[in-house]
Amino acid sequence: MSEMKKDRAVIHHLGTALRLGIVFTVIAGLIYPLVITGLGQLLFPAQANGSLIVRGGQVVGSALIGQSFTSPRYFQGRPSATGYSADASSASNLGPTNPALIADVKAALEGVLAENPGLTAAQVPADLVETSDSGVDPDISIQAALIQVPRVAAQNQLSQATVLALVKSQERGRFLGLFGSPYVNVLELNLKLQALVQAKGGQG
Amino acid sequence: MTLIGSLGIIVFFGLVTLAVKPVGLYLYNVFDGGRTWLDPILVPCERAIYKLGGVDPKREMRWTEYLFAMLAFNLVGFVLLYPVLRLQGALPLNPQHFSGVGAHVAWNTAVSFVTNTNWQAYGGESTLSYLSQMWLTVQQFLSPITGLAMVLAFIRGLTRKNASTLGNFWVDLTRAFLWIALPVAAVAALVLIALGTPQNFAPYTVAHTLQGAKQVLPQGPVASMTSIMQFGDNGGGYFNTNAGYPFETPNSASLMFQLILGFLVPVGLTYYFGKKAGDTRQGWTIFAAMMVLFAFGVFATYWAEAAGNPLVSHVLQHAVPNMTGKETRFGVAGSSLFETSTTAVSWGSTAAANDSFTPIGSLILLFNMMTGEVIIGAWGVGLLGMLAFAILAVFLAGLMVGRTPEYLGKKIQAYEVKMATLAMIVPTFVILGLAAWAVSTNGGLSGIFNPGPQGLSEVLYAFSSGVGNNGSAMGGLNAAAPFYTWTVGFAMLIGRFPMYIPALAIAGSLVKKQSVPPSIGTFPTNSWLFGLLLISTVVIVGALVFFPALALGPLAEQFAMSGGHLFGGVPK
Repeated sequence: MSEMKKDRAVIHHLGTALRLGIVFTVIAGLIYPLVITGLGQLLFPAQANGSLIVRGGQVVGSALIGQSFTSPRYFQGRPSATGYSADASSASNLGPTNPALIADVKAALEGVLAENPGLTAAQVPADLVETSDSGVDPDISIQAALIQVPRVAAQNQLSQATVLALVKSQERGRFLGLFGSPYVNVLELNLKLQALVQAKGGQG
Repeated sequence: MTLIGSLGIIVFFGLVTLAVKPVGLYLYNVFDGGRTWLDPILVPCERAIYKLGGVDPKREMRWTEYLFAMLAFNLVGFVLLYPVLRLQGALPLNPQHFSGVGAHVAWNTAVSFVTNTNWQAYGGESTLSYLSQMWLTVQQFLSPITGLAMVLAFIRGLTRKNASTLGNFWVDLTRAFLWIALPVAAVAALVLIALGTPQNFAPYTVAHTLQGAKQVLPQGPVASMTSIMQFGDNGGGYFNTNAGYPFETPNSASLMFQLILGFLVPVGLTYYFGKKAGDTRQGWTIFAAMMVLFAFGVFATYWAEAAGNPLVSHVLQHAVPNMTGKETRFGVAGSSLFETSTTAVSWGSTAAANDSFTPIGSLILLFNMMTGEVIIGAWGVGLLGMLAFAILAVFLAGLMVGRTPEYLGKKIQAYEVKMATLAMIVPTFVILGLAAWAVSTNGGLSGIFNPGPQGLSEVLYAFSSGVGNNGSAMGGLNAAAPFYTWTVGFAMLIGRFPMYIPALAIAGSLVKKQSVPPSIGTFPTNSWLFGLLLISTVVIVGALVFFPALALGPLAEQFAMSGGHLFGGVPK
């Protein structure tokens, strides 16, 4: 191949690279996301817009995003490295021998034990004292919900049996019975709890 | 470890194995003149693209030309992406009014997405406009199909006889885009939306929480990015905490779906390779070697995470699994499976915080990347790396029995072995060299988050992830610090493009050779014995060189942890 022919091949390939780069950008960068958005909005509008929960005309949260619960009246979620900031997610990233990790776990445990009299450390599951990955983990383990039942019942003047039944009704199992871990969604649980309290208040 | 958790993992292995043959056959139909049911729609699109690009689909390319076309195409990808990141503040689809990305991070990010690494020195939901995320999504289509094209050329080198050319890069690219990446990503995006992932162009939603606080909920075209991010083994997520963020992976159904998506093409390629070699057992042998290494890693990680951190168990007065940095809905088994997969298959999105993994868990994640991302690996490049190991393995076997080594009937000679060795030594040198530099300068040391051996693990992880084009991170490390944006950026470039040169050089050399019929002295490469030899080669050649560094990082951390030692002073 002569030098001139080689140069021409190089220029030709650069031109093709540029033209195909633009063609693929238009298809994958504009047409594809727009078509998926259209179909998503048409077929699954609730999910496509963030699984928002609306109460009294106001968005109170997303069913998928955890929020901070500090009042003893509510079931409380996991510790969060970001204070449940949904638009700047982060984990604590503390390593296994970092003193800050052990200090955080101790502080979280003390908080749980102080708020739930009669509870012992050995009953507290790891998820209630260890921070999540996203900082907005919406869920807690079944055990983490169960140990809060006496407190939540007393704070809301409900019977423990009522609150226990509420937790049981909100339990979600593993996918296909095999994958993941059973959990309850804290926001949905607290919304049901709130409805129960309001209904009782309305009757009384 | 629980029985259900282990059973779920084994069922997952089964599902992956079931996908090998159908995906491999589909790939064969797409790239070797077969028919697919998508042809009536896609053949006209294909012709139109060739016309727009000025492509002559019949033109065959030698290895140097093929390489040049690939490099030109990826350079264009960088040029189209970088300015959009820098100028996003002045461009449309930016409802949160984010300003342009800084030069260091924009350079690092553009390199990262062009090289299929998807290392993220930025937090998506707090810094990037919808347009920037969509432009990153474009590279999530283009970088995996580039990797796929590379292995197609390599396989042609191994299987064509007395030839000189390796195919046409533009044809491989276009067919991979139209027949594989685009249709699967589109269907997968709809499945992800159905499972809960958002897809819209609305501004972020302000929610008024039950306790009366305000919470800003991010929105945007999340599903269209997540689907190709997983399917293309890219890994760059929409959100800072990636697959752990509930919008990206709302439940275990979505997690398992994304896991399967990530495995499809890499495992299918092993079957495709066997089919092209005229003996599918050649492909199954490679697949089996990959799966053995992968399964070992999954169970080791799961065991370590389930056993937990004794320092935490001590505080809680009972043995607990390690849930720090894990999401409740995935549990320990799901998180361990996902993190082992993300490092082995090289997609790099994380559903848990790797910096908070137990030391043995981190060790496995590092091992998966340090062996060169060949334990399944990303589109094309995983198989490419494993075939380089296979060439070394037949060479070692040849040395042991004293015969000229052959692979698929092609004589393996000094040139091929030199090139394969080069492809293995350079990444190792870059990972260890950059890590040594980082821990001996203030710029590198000041980016470390955790004290003690874990800090060294963070640095080793960053460069292994960069060179391996993985993209996952131990998140404590300050990836946005200029020292790491530049060094990891360099690692990503070295790990990608220069590594294609020895690979295609081997292909260009082998394609010219004629095929020697197997004789009594030929070492069969479709047997369990070869599989074992291949596994040993990966472990000994690929990983042993990192042993001293690993002893100072995760192993030291493990001994400290089990001995009850904390680093960095007295707990508060």
